[in-house]
Amino acid sequence: MKKFERFEGVVAPLDRANVDTDLIIPKQFLKSIKRTGFGVNLFDELRYLDEGQPGQDCSQRPLNPDFVLNQPRFKGAEVLLARRNFGCGSSREHAPWALEDFGFKVVIAPSFADIFYNNSFKNGILLITFPEDVIDRLFAEVEANEGYQLDVDLENQRVIAPSGEILEFEVDEFRKHCLLEGLDDIGLTLKDEDAIRAFEQKHKTARPWLFRQSA
Amino acid sequence: MSGQTLYDKLWNQHLVKQRDDGTALIYIDRQLLHEVTSPQAFEGLRLANRKPWRLDANLATPDHNVPTTIKERAEGNSGIKDPVSLIQVQTLDDNCLEYGIEEFKINDPRQGIVHVVGPEQGATLPGMTVVCGDSHTATHGAFGALAHGIGTSEVEHVMATQCLLAQKMKNMQVRVEGTLGLGVTAKDVVLAIIGKIGTAGGTGYAIEFAGSAIASLSMEGRMTVCNMAIEAGARVGLIAVDETTIDYLAKRPFAPTAEQWEAAVADWRNLVSDVDAEFDKVVTLQAEEIEPQVSWGTSPEMVTGISGQVPDPSAALDETVQRSHTRALEYMGLHANQKITDIKLDKIFIGSCTNSRIEDLREAAKVAKGNKVADSIKLAMVVPGSGLVKRQAEAEGLDKIFIEAGFEWREPGCSMCLAMNADKLGAGEHCASTSNRNFEGRQGYGGRTHLVSPAMAAAAAIAGHFVDVRSLPANDATHAQEA
Repeated sequence: MKKFERFEGVVAPLDRANVDTDLIIPKQFLKSIKRTGFGVNLFDELRYLDEGQPGQDCSQRPLNPDFVLNQPRFKGAEVLLARRNFGCGSSREHAPWALEDFGFKVVIAPSFADIFYNNSFKNGILLITFPEDVIDRLFAEVEANEGYQLDVDLENQRVIAPSGEILEFEVDEFRKHCLLEGLDDIGLTLKDEDAIRAFEQKHKTARPWLFRQSA
Repeated sequence: MSGQTLYDKLWNQHLVKQRDDGTALIYIDRQLLHEVTSPQAFEGLRLANRKPWRLDANLATPDHNVPTTIKERAEGNSGIKDPVSLIQVQTLDDNCLEYGIEEFKINDPRQGIVHVVGPEQGATLPGMTVVCGDSHTATHGAFGALAHGIGTSEVEHVMATQCLLAQKMKNMQVRVEGTLGLGVTAKDVVLAIIGKIGTAGGTGYAIEFAGSAIASLSMEGRMTVCNMAIEAGARVGLIAVDETTIDYLAKRPFAPTAEQWEAAVADWRNLVSDVDAEFDKVVTLQAEEIEPQVSWGTSPEMVTGISGQVPDPSAALDETVQRSHTRALEYMGLHANQKITDIKLDKIFIGSCTNSRIEDLREAAKVAKGNKVADSIKLAMVVPGSGLVKRQAEAEGLDKIFIEAGFEWREPGCSMCLAMNADKLGAGEHCASTSNRNFEGRQGYGGRTHLVSPAMAAAAAIAGHFVDVRSLPANDATHAQEA
């Protein structure tokens, strides 16, 4: 995983509540056995006017001109501004893979679904929550100012608006640490290998039926 | 000090290490694997030169991509016409073979939807921690197991370390008290709960379902309820262990036997919340007030009773909700104040990890028996949850009832719940579906899903539009407790 560094990026607004993972990446693209290449199908059903197929050359497909990511002013966006309960639905990690592959580093919303939240951090995407009124204000500012960018500073847990306004956010210490250092959490967990083995032994003695194999 | 909730007990029994930063390592007893979310995890293990920690904790079966038509299934993997789907199923077979993980392959009679197979085999036991790269893993909580849906990175993490990195959730109790009316099932209960608390109502919580109406449900019904906890935003759904749980598990292939069975049962009886346990949130519903439910929109919270109507978006108090409702009605091709019974259907799907177990098929068959699917219905299909459910249904003659009524009788798999195989809706088609998600495009590009119980889906197939299953002749009406 790449280290998460401070950056200034264009903000694209997706003004819709309960954006589910089927909408982020439709199921036909889940058939890939790779982790990459999902970006061209991010928000496929909103982004294109036809039904997408895996492995297709998307450059030839008709674009939906009304969709935010197809508008020139949001080209190269790295921050997605969204509404409540973003990422609800399935556990497919293809959703953050698609966001990351497209170029998004940060999603800002009033709330996120639990599994999506975990999956995103494991792929180097920072999810930031702000209260609804702050989100409303950001939507209005993005709408009013072409080329609107936010300066995202994870180290100091703050986002700086073009006006100089500083918006502070909460993030748990462990996730922040992993993102800043680009850490693989399997390696970290395996540092506790002895503790896991000791627990396993005790657990097996107390409840041997949990370790029973097929009859 | 107050007592512990069921979730607290399960958490404490599996806590390997609590870290200072608030995260914890939780030991995982069972991991279920399927073809869609595991290939990248195996690949990750291979790239890092890691081995699975404990092989016998894993059990695999292909389900999402498998064809359900009888002809294709007879051909095994080579019956999968879509080359990309085929690679995914083949990759699961190859990975299980390479690492020595037990797999029920495509034509093994024990194959099926992971969330049907695990409990059916007794591979899900009370007091276990269960994970699977699928959000509907919450299903297994019906057994008093702590079950989490996880992403692919977490699948890899569990394979490599036998642990999940987790943060303790808050405790919510949803109580359903009283007696369910005739024709009102577990599916209606959980849809009513989601309608009440919303799709984000359970975010950050482990939900324990309790109360006399929940206790009266069969294991199949309890699985239906826990299955959809994620549709209320909760990763974890739970139901306390009781005689129903224990009776269901006796003599299942992976369940303990003899003295170990006795010891296990004694231990399982503690898997209930203490009477003085405190929940962070408690929600109560009255069973008598729940009627058969039908979803009208593109989120499971957009649901109402069969006697209700499609809401008027302008009546919503919140602007975001107004916009969501407007957009949903446009997508669904419905109008404000339309009666639910006036919604006409094109296709019927009875299946999915929510409602494809034997009891679900019995309920649907009771309604279908002696009737015919309406001419206006293009396709009505019944997809059993596993090969063993299919055999049981055939032994009871349910397949004949469905076929005579005009339903297609299929082979087990996820099928049209998410349409990764060939079973899907066409654009604009309305489907009465016993599945769990009515998101845009979920069952096919432009498809329109209405979530209902198996009995309601069967009744809609016969009428061609939604009808109140309670209005059917008495012998057709179904009740969860009777099965």
